[in-house]
Amino acid sequence: MPNQSSYSITFIVLSLLLISCFLMNISLGSVAIPLKGIFAAFTGGDIDKETWRITILSIRLPKAIAAILVGFGLSLSGLLMQTLFRNPLSGPFVLGLSSGASLGVALLIMGASVFGGFFGTLLLSSYSLVIAASIGSLLVLLTVMAVSFRVKDTMSILIIGLMFGSITGAIVSVLTYFSDADELKQFMMWTLGSLGNLNPEELSILAFLVVLGIGLSIWAIKSLDAFLLGENYARSLGVNINKSRLIIIIATSLMAGSCTAFVGPIAFIGLAVPHITRLFFNTTNHRILVPSVCLIGGILMLICDSIAQVPFHEITLPINAITSIIGAPIVIWLLVRKRKMIF
Amino acid sequence: MIAEAINFSISKGKLVALVGANGIGKSTLLRTLAKIQQPLTGEVLLQNKSLHSYSNGDLAKEIGLVLTEQLPSKNLTVLELIALGRQPYTNWIGNLSKHDHTIIESALRKTNLQELKHRKCYTLSDGQLQKVMIARALAQDTSMIILDEPTTHLDMYHKAYVLNLLKKLAHDTKKTMLFSTHEIDLAIQLCDEMIVMHDGNVFSGTPCELIEQGIFEALFPNDLITFDATSGSFKVKNN
Repeated sequence: MPNQSSYSITFIVLSLLLISCFLMNISLGSVAIPLKGIFAAFTGGDIDKETWRITILSIRLPKAIAAILVGFGLSLSGLLMQTLFRNPLSGPFVLGLSSGASLGVALLIMGASVFGGFFGTLLLSSYSLVIAASIGSLLVLLTVMAVSFRVKDTMSILIIGLMFGSITGAIVSVLTYFSDADELKQFMMWTLGSLGNLNPEELSILAFLVVLGIGLSIWAIKSLDAFLLGENYARSLGVNINKSRLIIIIATSLMAGSCTAFVGPIAFIGLAVPHITRLFFNTTNHRILVPSVCLIGGILMLICDSIAQVPFHEITLPINAITSIIGAPIVIWLLVRKRKMIF
Repeated sequence: MIAEAINFSISKGKLVALVGANGIGKSTLLRTLAKIQQPLTGEVLLQNKSLHSYSNGDLAKEIGLVLTEQLPSKNLTVLELIALGRQPYTNWIGNLSKHDHTIIESALRKTNLQELKHRKCYTLSDGQLQKVMIARALAQDTSMIILDEPTTHLDMYHKAYVLNLLKKLAHDTKKTMLFSTHEIDLAIQLCDEMIVMHDGNVFSGTPCELIEQGIFEALFPNDLITFDATSGSFKVKNN
């Protein structure tokens, strides 16, 4: 409402920033590839070194796309949860969704040796990994929802979310105790998070699920705005509470579940990005927040990934560590600056 | 004792107060009228149609609410909050039309909030916030507005201010304003009609009629406070 034009300018700036981060992310790496080379690879034009084309098209491009998708999905699911629970500290990680996904994956990878039989017969394909992670996070989200009906105090809900994290963590430790080295390594690699392990097929599944989640979120924009007033007011404004809540929950678990499944549990993006966005836009209107949260989430993930791949070196740091190192101080800074997290 | 067998009707464009002792069921009654909860027994008719037959969307165009609950998000600006009142009329994504903006502006004007419209809600005083909530209900453009204790937490001046504003709005906009309150003195002075819940019974009428029937004398145990019919107010006994 107030000055629509200034919002569109910010949107344009953010979109350009996203594109430049995308190009920077592709350009940086163990070997730096100049912009000219990137365009040549995309357009199929002349390129200085033929290896660049392969590096860009089969390694860096899928990774950059994964970063954008994960940034979109996690940030948006963070925003949805903050509005749904009317709690500024909500996020897929804080409320235990990522722990739920971890538990699902742990049961799948390591459960085979512990339980044998049924789990052993499951194929360890990328699909079953995604399904296990999604079921895990959906179950945790439903439990937190059920608790939030009984316990209205938002602090308690967060603590319950943390407790879920502890419980799943404990179960995972028990599983690791019984599993063999290969399985352990496979699971540890998953928890460290990696954007680079996705083949085109997996990437398109992730893209499909994230886009589906974004679509559902857009559908829910009007009710999200009404939820800011609390459920009784929302109902009095004609919102179908149960239906809207269901849409929001499905969107959240689709996005948080699929992102976590494919790239591992990534901390702080879901919590921090909505707050950073509110600083930029200073609005509570979800018509503005939904697209801008996606853009800023994508930008932040691209930056984190550019740092994680350590330009000009062979080593790659775990992406989860980088997002925590960058995200946690942002959250602390927000708390200190405002003394109170207003959403 | 909780009031039973409630039977009353209220008419258009009136300021109506619902009074009664704590725990008599005022809020329950208002919540039932607003369809926040189902009637325990009986039926509520709105414009001769059962409340039950209204969909959420249709009811949102008939009844606006001002509740006692805290706003979960106080980061909304005054304008954003009032604009949410237009939700029953906006399209699927909530775009505001020119007409919506006109109504929002008029709600701001009627409640004297133009100066505050870009302020965030967490910077407002209780009295200002209550005005904003009333403006939001006005923007919803319903035939009736139900307010649950709109004057609690306000100082004496703002209590009178809010009730006076409600009276003016009821008469100017021809909306029915039904509110619960403990400010019986103020309600007697300002309301067109009153509904008194007492001892299992419900009495309704103009304040003068109710005084003549001696309803207020019986409202509270008379060991501490008495009702003075000539001034229309309660007095504390000085023994």
